[in-house]
Amino acid sequence: MSAGFAPLPLPYTAPELERRLGADWSGLLWTAYRWMRTARSLDERMVGLQRQGRVGFYGPATGQEAVSIAAGLAVRENDWVFPGLREQLVALVRGHPLGTYLHHLFADSLDPASGRQMPCHPTAREVRYVSMSSCVGTQVSQAVGCAYGFRFRSDDAVSLAFFGDGATSVSDFHAGMNFAGVFHLPVVFCCTNNQWAISLPVEQQSRVAELAEKAAAYGMPGRRVDGSDFIETYLQLSDALETARQGRGPTLLEFVVYRMSPHSTSDDPSRYQPADWRERSAQHDPVGRMERLLGALGLLSQDLVREMDRQIDATLRDAIAAAERTAPPGPETLERDVFAPAVSAPSAEG
Amino acid sequence: MTEVTLVQAVNRALRTAMSADPEVLLLGEDIGVNGGVFRATEGLLKDFGADRVIDTPLSETGIVGAAVGMALYGLKPVAEIQFLDFIYPGFDQIVSELAKFRYRSGGQYPCHVVIRSPYGGGIKGGLYHSQSTEAYFAHTAGLKVVVPSTPADAYGLLLSSIFDPDPVIFLEPKRIYRTVTGEVPEGDQRVPIGRARTVREGTDVSVFAYGAMIPPATEACQAAEADGVSAELIDLRTLVPLDAGAVLASVEKTGRAVIVHEAARFCGYGAEIAAILAEKAFFSLKAPIHRVTGFDTPFPYALENLYLPNAARIRQAIVDTVRAG
Repeated sequence: MSAGFAPLPLPYTAPELERRLGADWSGLLWTAYRWMRTARSLDERMVGLQRQGRVGFYGPATGQEAVSIAAGLAVRENDWVFPGLREQLVALVRGHPLGTYLHHLFADSLDPASGRQMPCHPTAREVRYVSMSSCVGTQVSQAVGCAYGFRFRSDDAVSLAFFGDGATSVSDFHAGMNFAGVFHLPVVFCCTNNQWAISLPVEQQSRVAELAEKAAAYGMPGRRVDGSDFIETYLQLSDALETARQGRGPTLLEFVVYRMSPHSTSDDPSRYQPADWRERSAQHDPVGRMERLLGALGLLSQDLVREMDRQIDATLRDAIAAAERTAPPGPETLERDVFAPAVSAPSAEG
Repeated sequence: MTEVTLVQAVNRALRTAMSADPEVLLLGEDIGVNGGVFRATEGLLKDFGADRVIDTPLSETGIVGAAVGMALYGLKPVAEIQFLDFIYPGFDQIVSELAKFRYRSGGQYPCHVVIRSPYGGGIKGGLYHSQSTEAYFAHTAGLKVVVPSTPADAYGLLLSSIFDPDPVIFLEPKRIYRTVTGEVPEGDQRVPIGRARTVREGTDVSVFAYGAMIPPATEACQAAEADGVSAELIDLRTLVPLDAGAVLASVEKTGRAVIVHEAARFCGYGAEIAAILAEKAFFSLKAPIHRVTGFDTPFPYALENLYLPNAARIRQAIVDTVRAG
């Protein structure tokens, strides 16, 4: 893959970080780092549980954590998130409880969506995280319609549409980008280009070298961002969110990241990825880069990391155990939520 | 009460809903300045403004996807798809998204969108301005499917659809947009979704039809009197939810059923009615169920009058059914 970035030049200096991220810059970085370690640990555990047959499916976000975490930290409370395949962390960072997410992963009776969807397709209305579809790209035009609503009600919210490199080929990407351009709506289009749509490399997905160039066709700015660099990602997202919030229209951000995992637990990348992909992608690992940055800034100690990991492990272990103890949804839930509960439709079974 | 055409009734219902609720808005192709290619939205841009009567770029998936997003946020969008034949670029948004949002979110994200679309043949529209593909939508759990046949029902059912909590596919029989007239009430007078309407009572055979098939079915039932047959005509009005009680009650009375639709026969909506009758009213039936439908072909331009059921075909089916047993 030629579209790589040189590893982040380290270190950012502390004064520079304070200027760009504000007075609590170290708190922000620590929060992000904690989420990164949580996410990495969650991915490892869930893949293992899937292999043991204890959950049905899992789609790791390994290698893409910086984008979701940055988004979760950069948005305001009234912003809406229309997720793609690997943005569950946005919901968690915004405050969706990890324990609730585990109930979803186990599709048990305490899943707020009643176990209706495959794992990694959560719904978290309380943090304006929209129910995710497995159909690639449909969320793009939905995010645009939602943003129309913001302006209609004079709500200063912004809509974030997440999607991958593969989604730039589908009709809803085009339709959504075009509508947002025509109506000049407060949307941030977040293309997480992990360079693979299951087995298809991005070079075969699009002729343009940088997916961000597609923005020009819709009359909006497009920027390519090193999505493994939490700081750049956070700053670019904050800037695009502010632009949208001020009524200055949509932006397409292309976050170049490296998919360090299979597409999902149902995938075998050895069939299509070059032998050195793992090694190359590991050089861009956002967690490793954050570690090196924190280390260079003198903010990292083995003791702190050990204590952090101990807490993360305990939290995950408890949440997994609680979910595994919970019964599956009862058969009485099967026909709920097809229509609104007030409806007593005449039925052929009646 | 005023006498209006069916398409004028649609326009009036939209106006009533938009006046009653400032968060009802319309989006679609050519619906603003042009008032819609059938003029269903005539005058609404002037009275409600471009924020609420939105001329969109030419993309059905964009229209439906945007409407879904508006509805998730809490607005009440009414999307127009110019012809039902053009709905397929938005089909994924309808069947994968709109129909499933409430279910897949465990009720957290209801998604209330009305999609209005003119459907059906008889206007010299050829393959792509004539189809009657309501069965696709009726087959998808989570969608209501409404098909009025009179101005009063178009008015009252569209109001019910706009203020319903669930997604509604509202199919407008364009062949009779201007050929049927009738009185519509003033104000927010709704016709409930899920209730069939008895067009005429009879004792020998039940005829089930909807949309643009109601006028020829009515004519056929009247003509069958000359054959000594008393036919009952039921306008289903809403395909989902089906008023199965009305269907069964009628056949339990008459013992015979003729089902009429202009859509293709194979796996058409009539197959469901026939199946329900076979399952629930078998011992009331005196004769085989008869379907009068379009053909299992694409919709033909030059031969559309052959393709579409007419009063003569329906009358023949009525008489044959009664004579069969």
